[in-house]
Formats: sequence, structure tokens, C-alpha cells
Amino acid sequence: MAGYEGKAFKWVGTRPVRPDGVDKVTGRANYGADQNLAGQLTGRILRSPHAHAKILSIDTSKAEKLPGVKAVITGKDFPQMHRGVLPGDEGVNFHYLSSNIMARDKALYDGHAVAAVAATSAAIAEEALALIDVKYEVLPHVIDVDDALKPGAPLLHDDIFTTGVNPKPDKPSNTVQRVHMALGDANAAFKDADIIVERSFKSKTVHQGYIEPHAVVAEWCEDGQARIWCSSQGHFMVRALTARLLNMEVAQVRVMPAEIGGGFGGKTIIFIEPTAVLLARKAERPVRIVMSRDEVFRATGPAPGSSIDVKIGAKKNGMLVAAVGEFRFQAGAFPGSPLGPACMAAFGPYALAHVTSAGYEAVTNRPLCFSYRAPGAPLASFAVESVIDEIAQKLNIDPMEMRIMNGSKEGTQMVYGPKLKAVGNLECLKAIKNHPINKIPLGPNQGRGLAAGFWFNLGGQSSAVVNIAEDGTATIMTGSPDIGGSRASMALMAAEVLGIDYSKVRPIVGDTSAVGFCEITHGSRVTFATGMAIIQAAEDVVLQCRQRVAAMWEVDVEAVVWEDGHARPAGANAGEQKPLSLAQIAARAARTGGPLVGKAAINAGGAGPAFAVHICDVEVDPETGGVKILRYVASQDAGKAIHPSYVEGQIQGGAVQGIGWALNEEYIYGADGRLQNSGFLDYRIPVASDLPMIEPIILEIPNPGHPFGVRGVGEVGIVPPLAALANAISRATGVRMMDLPMTPPKILAAIDAKK
Amino acid sequence: MARIVLSDEFGRQFAGGQTRFDLDVKNVRHLIRELEEMFPGIGEHLEAGAIAIDNEIIPDPWLNPIKPNSEVFFLPPIKGG
Repeated sequence: MAGYEGKAFKWVGTRPVRPDGVDKVTGRANYGADQNLAGQLTGRILRSPHAHAKILSIDTSKAEKLPGVKAVITGKDFPQMHRGVLPGDEGVNFHYLSSNIMARDKALYDGHAVAAVAATSAAIAEEALALIDVKYEVLPHVIDVDDALKPGAPLLHDDIFTTGVNPKPDKPSNTVQRVHMALGDANAAFKDADIIVERSFKSKTVHQGYIEPHAVVAEWCEDGQARIWCSSQGHFMVRALTARLLNMEVAQVRVMPAEIGGGFGGKTIIFIEPTAVLLARKAERPVRIVMSRDEVFRATGPAPGSSIDVKIGAKKNGMLVAAVGEFRFQAGAFPGSPLGPACMAAFGPYALAHVTSAGYEAVTNRPLCFSYRAPGAPLASFAVESVIDEIAQKLNIDPMEMRIMNGSKEGTQMVYGPKLKAVGNLECLKAIKNHPINKIPLGPNQGRGLAAGFWFNLGGQSSAVVNIAEDGTATIMTGSPDIGGSRASMALMAAEVLGIDYSKVRPIVGDTSAVGFCEITHGSRVTFATGMAIIQAAEDVVLQCRQRVAAMWEVDVEAVVWEDGHARPAGANAGEQKPLSLAQIAARAARTGGPLVGKAAINAGGAGPAFAVHICDVEVDPETGGVKILRYVASQDAGKAIHPSYVEGQIQGGAVQGIGWALNEEYIYGADGRLQNSGFLDYRIPVASDLPMIEPIILEIPNPGHPFGVRGVGEVGIVPPLAALANAISRATGVRMMDLPMTPPKILAAIDAKK
Repeated sequence: MARIVLSDEFGRQFAGGQTRFDLDVKNVRHLIRELEEMFPGIGEHLEAGAIAIDNEIIPDPWLNPIKPNSEVFFLPPIKGG
């Protein structure tokens, strides 16, 4: 791979208009629900009204007889999957995945799918759902993670035996796994502490809140192939999982990626695609299913709630000596919570010689909990950063200086084992320390809060193709859905390597039959890993150009260099040759070997971890408990910002989602285990009028694992806000909030209790 | 020999509580095979998680070389959002 150290970039780091912008602002862009096929039917899904119930029988006969109904399916129409995880399945339990998409013997949460219909209109489909007679035996349910962990709690599955404990249990329980990791001996080291603070924290399930509901159009072909149009964070993932769940060969399923109206982790798994394919196969017509907002809340993959204990000890001067975190995470109705990453990320911003990070995961009668931006880390950070702040407060030490004093840096060993390479934690802290916000005096009922956050960032498999047209323009294609402006970043990187204008590069997200495999868009991986594939594919084109020009000039390829979009003689030995542009070389492609096509298929390692530090000022109304955010500044290490506007957008978006998580968002269940706020009127996400300008600060500490120094930027921005807000509210009110969300009634009750 | 570190859970579940081993292995494939021979049943669990070799988390490790002085950590699976 070519080295770009010290190179002055021409395109990388600029802010051109996004290539998909015009289509989006004119309404031309096709999202998941926009696909229309001839003869298309409307699919609807019947969902359980019970949190936990045996399904005694499902009678679909009346629905099937309704004029206009073309297909009805239940769990019996789905192939049975092997129970448990098979070797090579990367830890995926396909029995659970299938059972989440369509319930079998039991409904495990309010909203769990139990049957589906396809009809000629939405009204007929709805009428048909009402005609399906499901007989349930209602069972006791469990919603809270601490309740689910108790012996005697209502049991969801008879095949979950806690892993990570010895001896292995001989009875099933809701406890999926025990995770435990340690560095040094924290319990022994606490004796050296001058101060120890130990606190317990709770949080509720929250939803990613993407604006576009899940939507799919599926078509079944007579030759046994299926075509799927949907928005997701990975159409190759949709293809693989759908094929497996329907016992199809992967190549018989083609998935076309639609534009995506937000995902944030919630669209890294499937919920409705196999159902649409089965309906289409049975009806012999295409079927479209679009989830309502109610369905999105009740039956997709929100982030888990948690129950966390954190104990940290420090010397009088603020030096940390030991820390222990015990993290209990909900998993929803099936295993899958981010317990491991939470334990690993919790203490990431700190260099600790003695630290233990452990926890339990438990299934509950809620929708499957799944990924949400830096999965697990925001909750873990909320607890840890709150305790750090309280220690600083008690020791009367500047919380910034305490974080700098203890901050992790290159060489710091993490609790999960490896040592950090070059990272920007201290730089992020110092950027906030030097920001003018610190000089603004605070008024009555106002407080300033600070928090740091860590996230791993991922690499993984990506493919890319760079096609050079006969006029020297480029079409570049990857299989990574663009959920954060990645097409612009891909085009910038290709333009940089090829040495042509950004406007001459057209980036496309190809379908599963058009481009090589790409993993899902998650883990802040696309600009890093798929970008690396684009760079290598463009370098492949450059090499081919040099080879062809060398043949034309009758010199060795080493005698031809690529500079500023032109092949030039490397030196006097190459002769007096006139530089040839990419367009000139492309025009002669047919005579020099055929089309210029660059390709790359990689499994990228070297993803550099990300750090972020946020500071905010709040004012708390002592009469209502309402919180007004006055100022908010967020620093983040991007490694190298390919398109700074989109990096800023990721920082701001992460901060805003974290603010919602901190102040307002929560799944509210009734005593019957049913979700009571499955709409945006009752589930309150922040809107523009709730927010000040989120001021982003981009720092660039190059990641040595990427040719341009890129780190992922999409996730770490959601890690610090929960604690930053909690710490600011604590400073404003004198009471420490340890239960999310920090709603006005809770804050008011805490203020009143202190009086 | 390379220093191999299992997670505490795997140590408890498969290796009688031991988590650190010094092994002479060429790559991740050899390492997992060796550990499977030492602790039957551990292999499929190790393959489902992540691995860090010499302070770098490796996606889908298999043929990645392990040097005599390498340090290898087995980690829980990491999924992003």
C-alpha cells in the first residue's frame, strides 16, 4: 500500500457538495418504501398483544377467504432452524433470529409477530389481520433486567444455560452470559485509596429513532430466485440472513439497496425481509411491507436498558488507584446485548493498573435489543464518568485536570488486554480545556459538565471497483450503504489517488449482484475500511495506467510516475515524454489492453480507536426540573477528516442522540408488559428548539493503520453526552442523577428530596 | 513462545481457571487448534469472538501470523452500531 505520510492532500479534507444531495432534496431518491412493482401487494403483520404468552392455536381460515387476500403465513411457513449456534455461524443463533421474525410456540414480547398477510390493498390486509384468530395462554412476564436475573423469574427460554460460569448450570435461566475481565487486582488496590465512591445507576431501553421505518419490497421468481428492495445498513447481510432463514442458496437472493433514512445500528439485522419473501412466494406476486412507527418501536431492535454498579478509588491528588464496574444489560427477548463491548469500553479513557469490568446479560419480555451507535459504551460511560466527576467534586479537583492526569494514551493497557497505539484522548481533553466555554461565568441554577468517551472502531471486509470511462471520468462502486455521507468520502479518496477533480468521480452503492461483498455499515468502519478498498482500487487503476504508458513510451513501469492525475517520466532516463492525463490514457484504453478497471477486496485491520470529550452548560429550572442546554462543545479525534462537514455532522448527531438518551427518551411499559409510548408524541426525541448549536472540534491524530490516517467517526460521539449532562445537572442542582432519563419530574423529586 | 491470554470466562469454563499460556504456534488457525486439543469444545467459542494480536484487534482472524514474542488476547465479539 502506498504511503501518504506528509503528503499535502488536494481533495481529502475539503467540503464539496454531496453527490446524492440533489436527489434527496428534490425527492427523487428512492427509499425503502418507494419501490413499486407491477401487481404489488400490501403486506401486514399481526403482532402479539401480550408480553409473554403461549400460542395455543392460530386459525387463518377466515382471513384466507376474504376477497383480495392472496397469502397468509404463520411461523409454520418458516423453515425450522437448528437450535443453538453451529460452528462457522459467527455466533448467530438462527433459531432465535427466525423466531424473532415470526413467533413459533410462544410470543415473547408485546409486538412479537405471529402471522402475516398479503392483500390487494392495505385496507383488506388490515381487515384480514382482524380475522386471524390467535388463542393465547398468557404467561407471567419480566421487563426489568434485575428482575429477570432473579431466581424464580418468569422463564423465557428453556435452552438458555448461562455461559462464562463454572460449573455450567444444569437448569435454564434468563441469564445468558457472565463476562469478566480484569487488570491487576482492583479489590486489593482499594486499600491504597484515600477516597472511594461507589454508586448504582439505572437506565431504560431507548430506540435509535431513525426517521425512516423499515420497509421492504420482495419479489419471488418462478425459477426460485428472490429479489429484495429495502433500506438497511447492509444489503449483503440482508441477503445472507434471508437466504439462510429460508433455506435458499445465497446467490439465489439479490438485494437492491435503497437510500436509507437513518439506521444508527438498528438496521444491522433483519425483521421483515423473510416474511415479505414468503408472502411473495405464496401469493406469486410482489409484496411490500412498510412498518408503522408503532411497529418500529414495538418490534425492531432498540438499545438495552441497564443496571450498573461502579466503584472507583483515588488518591487525594486525584490519581486513580482502582476501579470496578458491574454491568447488567437487558437483552430483549433473545440474546444479543452489547455486554462485552460495554465492559471493554467502560474505563477506556483512563490508564488504570487495577480495574475489573464484569457483568451479566439477561433476556426480558421486550423486543430484541440490538445495536445503537457504540453499542453498550454510552451506558457504561454514564456510570463511570459520573463517579469520576463525583470524586473530583469531593476532592475539590478540576474534573478536567483529573481526567488529563489519569488519561489513557499510547501504550496504556486496556482492561481487555491490548495496549493502545497512537490515540487522541489527551488531545481531545486539552482541546476542551482550552476552549473559551470555560471562561464563561455561570449564573444561578447553572452547571457545567464534562465527560470523556471511548470506542474501538472496526474494520472488516469491503470490496470496491473503480471504472474509468473513455473520457477519464470515474464511476466508483462499493457495497456499503451510505448512512452518513460515505459516498462523498469515497469520491474524495478516489479523486485524491487518481489525481482528478472530485466532480469527475461518481460514487455508487451497488447491489449484491453488482459488486463484491461488503460487511454491514457499522462500527464506524465504512470510511475506514471501504475507503481503504477504494484507495487500493484507485491505486490499481494508477498502476495499470503507468504500465500502459510505460508500454507506449517503451520504458520500464518504474520509469513512469503518477503525479496530479498524469503519467510523467520518473526522470531523465525515461526520455523527454509529454505527460499523459488519465483522460488521454483512457481514450487509448482499447488499444492498450482494454477497459481500465481497478478492483480491491480486503479484510481491513488496523482500525484506530476513537476518543471524544464533551462539555456542556445547563440551566435547571428549580420549579419544574426542566433542563435547558445553554452551550455544548464536543471534541473528537477523527484521525484524518476526509470530508470535515460530515465528520462534524457525525459529532453533532451523536451528541444530540446522547442528549435525548440523557434527558427524555425511554420505553415505558405498563403493568401488563405492553409498551405505552410507541410514537414520537409520547417517546420524546430532541428537536431543534431543544438544542443549542453543538460546536464540534475535529482533531486529527493519524491512525497508523490507514494510508490517509482515517479513524471511524460515527459512534464515539454518542458516548460522552449522557454523563456530560448528568454531571452538569449535578453541578447545577447539587443532586446527582443516577437514573436515566433525567426527566423534569425526576430532577424535581431529587431537588425536593434534598431540601 | 507467544503469550496467549484467554478471557476470564473461557478460562473458568474450559481451562480450570487458567487464562495465560505460552505456546509455540505459527498462526491463529494453529493456535485455536492447539487450544481445542488442550480444552475440547473451546475452539468454536474462540472463533466466534475477536482476537487482538500485538495490540491490534483483527477482524476474522485465521491465517494471521503469530510471532514467537507475540501477545494474543481473545476478546468478546464486538459489534458496532
